[in-house]
Amino acid sequence: MSQVSNTQAVHERIRNNPKFHELVSKRTSFAWTLSALMLAIYAGFILLIAYGKDFLGTSLSGGTTTIGFPIGVGVILSAIVLTGIYVRRANGEFDELNRQIIEESR
Amino acid sequence: MKTLKSAFTAALLATGGLMAATTAAMAAGADMGNVEKQSTNWHAIVMFVIFVGITLGITYWAARKNKTAADFYAAGGGITGFQNGLAIAGDYMSAASFLGISALVYGSGFDGLIFSVGWLVGWPIILFLIAERLRNLGKFTFADVASYRLAQGPVRIFAATSALIVVIFYLIGQMVGAGQLIKLLFGLDYLVAVIVVGALMMVYVTFGGMTATTWVQIIKACLLLGGATFIALGVMNHFGFSFENLFTKAVEIHPKHGAIMAPGSLVTNPVDAISLGLTLMFGTAGLPHILMRFFTVPNAKEARKSVFFATGFIGYFYILTFIIGFGAITLVATDPQYIDAAKGGLNLKGGGNMPAIWLAHAIGGDLFLGFISAVAFATILAVVSGLTLAGASAISHDLYANVFARGRTTEASEVRVSKIASLFLGVIAVILGVIFEKQNVAFIVALTFSIAASATFPVLVMSMFSKSLTTRGAVIGGYIGLIGSVGCVVLSKVVWVQSFGFKAEIFPYVYPTLFTMPAAFLSCWIFSILDNSPRAQAERDAYPSQAIRSETGLGAEGAASH
Repeated sequence: MSQVSNTQAVHERIRNNPKFHELVSKRTSFAWTLSALMLAIYAGFILLIAYGKDFLGTSLSGGTTTIGFPIGVGVILSAIVLTGIYVRRANGEFDELNRQIIEESR
Repeated sequence: MKTLKSAFTAALLATGGLMAATTAAMAAGADMGNVEKQSTNWHAIVMFVIFVGITLGITYWAARKNKTAADFYAAGGGITGFQNGLAIAGDYMSAASFLGISALVYGSGFDGLIFSVGWLVGWPIILFLIAERLRNLGKFTFADVASYRLAQGPVRIFAATSALIVVIFYLIGQMVGAGQLIKLLFGLDYLVAVIVVGALMMVYVTFGGMTATTWVQIIKACLLLGGATFIALGVMNHFGFSFENLFTKAVEIHPKHGAIMAPGSLVTNPVDAISLGLTLMFGTAGLPHILMRFFTVPNAKEARKSVFFATGFIGYFYILTFIIGFGAITLVATDPQYIDAAKGGLNLKGGGNMPAIWLAHAIGGDLFLGFISAVAFATILAVVSGLTLAGASAISHDLYANVFARGRTTEASEVRVSKIASLFLGVIAVILGVIFEKQNVAFIVALTFSIAASATFPVLVMSMFSKSLTTRGAVIGGYIGLIGSVGCVVLSKVVWVQSFGFKAEIFPYVYPTLFTMPAAFLSCWIFSILDNSPRAQAERDAYPSQAIRSETGLGAEGAASH
């Protein structure tokens, strides 16, 4: 029973800690922004394939290589870069904030 | 044309497929059923036996370490982010994605890239929205998360049902692909191949649990990445590390010439294109064997890292398969020893899946061909093991321990049920593999990815983000997504016309996700807010406390307690 009331007290302290709300709102908006960005990049790529075939087939600097290739590879790289950006901030800034919240709730 | 059809089918078989609006692909059917048996390949068999020996050694080591349920389901939470990233990449890089995507590039050039991109962009979404919350809330299965503050019985039955449908059909695809590939690469009978895969998979999973399954996956991922890198370097070396030289030569040789440098007829209908995109992107985030991997790491930090590494490895791998496909146009299609003389053109001996395999031979000779064949076999084995473990956990952890026994069971008996379930799934997979040998299995990708995107993913996301979600909403919404996606796939051309033989399809698109996923989200929400039962109120009241654990990880399962 004391375990339960202890958990409740900890949760209460976290809920009342402005840092918790700061963490949730910062991380949530960051995550949804990056998700929207990824979705937009991908949707752009799909729409180019559906409607911009000629554009994707345009020669890049006069050779055989077409614009489609750097764009396709760019979408792949953008996925890797966006995950990297998120992990860097989440494992640094957000986790530090999280650590403080848990420490202050004890 | 035959090559292109086979290439399409190959890509469809195990990884997923962009059948959208290509009548050629639609008509193709399961061409892997027509592969010719090759002469016995001893290099490949010896290398495969070495791989099996090493992995059985690991299984023995893992079996001695496995003591608790957390060991069995989640490798004791002792996998690092980097290791888990490799294991996730391993789950994703199946033999058919290696052979199939390179074959697709070989057959139609640029279009191969459309697949790769679609399968990759789901990963960032998993990271941003799901990974850390999943790790913080769950224990062994994603149903732990979905049912966290909801009624255990109905939610877990729904979650286990959709997980098992996905696992069983995914297994069928892998088994049929395995039988065909092994017949092709090793010269073994289809039946022998399917039984070998089934038997080894049962040994890994029942004795070694998640620890063995993860390490088998990691070893295989390294072998596959290493082998593919070697082939790609061989190709680039041949062209002085210039893509322009590679492309110029490929355009000169390929019968479609310049057309391989731009998108072809793969995507024409925008509805199918968008629905396909949604399916690939969000389907990944609802696959039970992928979600389960997030419980093998000790905390949210490592869960995030694992997605970063997985995305990096998978992206790198797709770029390699692309180079391999173009390499095969220039180095394999020009060499008469690889060409099927009777058919001519781009048609290769052994069928449409062979570009990467023959390219391996062209670059590294018989020994390297054997290595790549053994890696392809190992790949199938590792993927089916992960699937089986995910299915077995749905049976033992969700259905048995939390629904049937209502939590009143011991860890030991839960793990025992899981092991029995693994054996059962192994036997089922072999039997279905035999039954489906000559069937058209092209629907499998559309089916499994649509269920994952339309049933599992919405319920999981709503349970994490919506404070209004109640049991009634989750269950009704989930089943609408599940029944809707299964129904639409059955009524679509690939099953209704190609498997059942009806004249015209009833559902006009290949992928239903554009309709079924929003339907599931919407009904989850509507049936939740209309739910005024006392239970619903209690469930809403429990959200703030769930949110604290979900966001901070406080109270999360410390699977790495030892």
